[in-house]
Amino acid sequence: MKYLDEFRDPVLARRILSEIRKTAAHPWVIMEICGGQTHAIIKNGIDRLLPEEIELVHGPGCPVCVTPLELIDKAVEIASQPNVIFTSFGDMLRVPGSKKDLFVVKSEGGDIRVVYSPLDAVEIARKNPDKQVVFFAVGFETTAPNNAMAVWEAHKEGLKNFSLLVSHVLVPPAIKALMASPRNRVQGYLAAGHVCTVMGYKEYEPIAEKYHVPIVVTGFEPLDILEGVLRVVRQLEHGEAKVENQYSRVVKRAGNLPAQERINRVFEKTNRKWRGIGEIPDSGFRLRPEYREHDANIIFQLEQLEVNEPAACISGEVLQGLKKPYECPAFGKACTPQTPLGATMVSSEGACAAYYTYYRHRSAM
Amino acid sequence: MKKELAPEDFAQCPLPIGQHETIQLGHGSGGKMMSDLIDKLFLWAFDNPLLRQMDDAAVLDLNGVRLALSTDSFVVDPIFFPGGNIGELAVNGTVNDISMSGARPLFLSVGMILEEGFSLDELRRIAESMRTAADHAGVKIVTGDTKVVNKGKGDKIYINTTGMGLIERNFVPSSRNLKSGDQIILSGNIAEHGIAILSQREGLAFQVPIESDTASLNGLVTSILDAGEEAVHSLRDPTRGGLTATLNEFAKTSHVGIQIYEEKIPIQEPVSGACELLGLDPLYVANEGKLVAVVAKNRAEKVLEAMHAHPLGAHSEIIGEVLAAKPGMVIMRTHIGGWRIVDTLVGEQLPRIC
Repeated sequence: MKYLDEFRDPVLARRILSEIRKTAAHPWVIMEICGGQTHAIIKNGIDRLLPEEIELVHGPGCPVCVTPLELIDKAVEIASQPNVIFTSFGDMLRVPGSKKDLFVVKSEGGDIRVVYSPLDAVEIARKNPDKQVVFFAVGFETTAPNNAMAVWEAHKEGLKNFSLLVSHVLVPPAIKALMASPRNRVQGYLAAGHVCTVMGYKEYEPIAEKYHVPIVVTGFEPLDILEGVLRVVRQLEHGEAKVENQYSRVVKRAGNLPAQERINRVFEKTNRKWRGIGEIPDSGFRLRPEYREHDANIIFQLEQLEVNEPAACISGEVLQGLKKPYECPAFGKACTPQTPLGATMVSSEGACAAYYTYYRHRSAM
Repeated sequence: MKKELAPEDFAQCPLPIGQHETIQLGHGSGGKMMSDLIDKLFLWAFDNPLLRQMDDAAVLDLNGVRLALSTDSFVVDPIFFPGGNIGELAVNGTVNDISMSGARPLFLSVGMILEEGFSLDELRRIAESMRTAADHAGVKIVTGDTKVVNKGKGDKIYINTTGMGLIERNFVPSSRNLKSGDQIILSGNIAEHGIAILSQREGLAFQVPIESDTASLNGLVTSILDAGEEAVHSLRDPTRGGLTATLNEFAKTSHVGIQIYEEKIPIQEPVSGACELLGLDPLYVANEGKLVAVVAKNRAEKVLEAMHAHPLGAHSEIIGEVLAAKPGMVIMRTHIGGWRIVDTLVGEQLPRIC
């Protein structure tokens, strides 16, 4: 496989692992931000190949996991209405809201369609002028350009029946919130390669400096992750705190400028609630005023809907790297992918689901 | 700072809705939701010792004549896809379920549920390819049924096939027969059917079109049984739920562990690329012309040789072995040398966001 097998080579993996072992003289706690990386780490058994000194904790970069309960309830509310076609990426469908998930709405007759791109949703809106077509715009900076593009196109064409339910979140404010927490344990970060593909990594430089924490922009294949870990460990052992780019085959320091331009034209920053963590200032996007006619929140008059998070789920602590999934008393017992108590058990990128699916019992291996 | 949590705190958590009041799509996905539905509802309603065999085909003894009986319904969308159509699939699927019990498939019934307004030309093409598939597999379609439902009450065409086969050998491979040390042999590249369907359904165009692997496996099964005889402990075609569902079923039914090696699992480059793109794990993606043979170690090489000599087994590989330890569990050594569990999914495999 071009550009895949090369990054899964077992001989090279062993070489990097032995380099990590040689370099790591002290115990270090490293967080991978992105749920895609969590998934890759657990799926490939990478954390168990690392020396004891290195503890990987799993960050909040799983869009499904951090989407607040009230947004799921809003989605359920909209999708249940007649004359609505509700479109979404697949893995939002099973996330439990406070009463039901979107799969249940679908089985009750809601017109819910899984799409691979928001532009597919725009196409559905073109073909169904008598229906309101809503796209659930969930995700980090990675999916923002496409979503912005979809709104921009719909707006340009005068498609009044296309709207977004926006739940965009941003990585840098989350890192700042984690670092500012008195309970923080994280000493180094693997930054999310895909997010940086769009945004670049300039905005991480002041964070590395302010909190004196190494940040390495890292890819998603096993060798990427191992190399990212090695670079963080090297910095930690040398007392350095800078931003490095492991994923240079894709990521440039300035990022993808046309994509950023598109985002900025359509979205503006706003405070956003993170499931399990709470509100973080300026940590999300909402539509700019000139695009408000495509804002499902306004069209369906749901701005006032507020739902409190259940106090019981520890997924917030898991998302902050304070606890491991198996430290939860409900893990694998009351809480399984079949009966999820929290979103981290729903998404395949959620740390709890990854542990459940690939490790199950801590002692299984 | 949050207080420490006790287990009873979770009882009040308003989130869980794992217990559904109505049928969800996940109940038909071949994962845990479906096996729950079968265990708790159908087994409860229909329970008898023959049903409890829970293999792909029921093995029946009628005054010394041993028959295999199996049924399957086909609702695939799109009905025509690269490499086949719903009709071929309906014939091959049931032929394969019969073959996995070591029986020689002989007869099929065909039940057609047609939607008002469905094109007769398409129906003709489907019927024609069913006849070709049946001829190829050496089975006869001997009875049938036709129903038409109102427009909108069905989706073009649904097909049910039931098959009957004769068991002529004195042993029956079964998912209950796995023994520690047995070798797991896979007959070829995985995930082709699922990806062919998905790429057609989503209008994804790949440089090299990915075709469904739909095929009748009775010929390959004959080669395997001739070479391995009673050393062939189990046969199964990994359809819905993919290779993972089959291996987990083996491990659970036989109370053994199974270990496999990621680098040994054959997969075509375009298929693994498509899976990466779509965020799907090929281990969970459906096959319609592959089988897994579990063979005692001393005969495994001989069986593998026989499989290589058959056109449908040319890419066969020994992908792992059966362990006495870790009963009920399937584990995999990954490309880079890590280990992980390979578990069945709850419901549908969902494409990820990014």
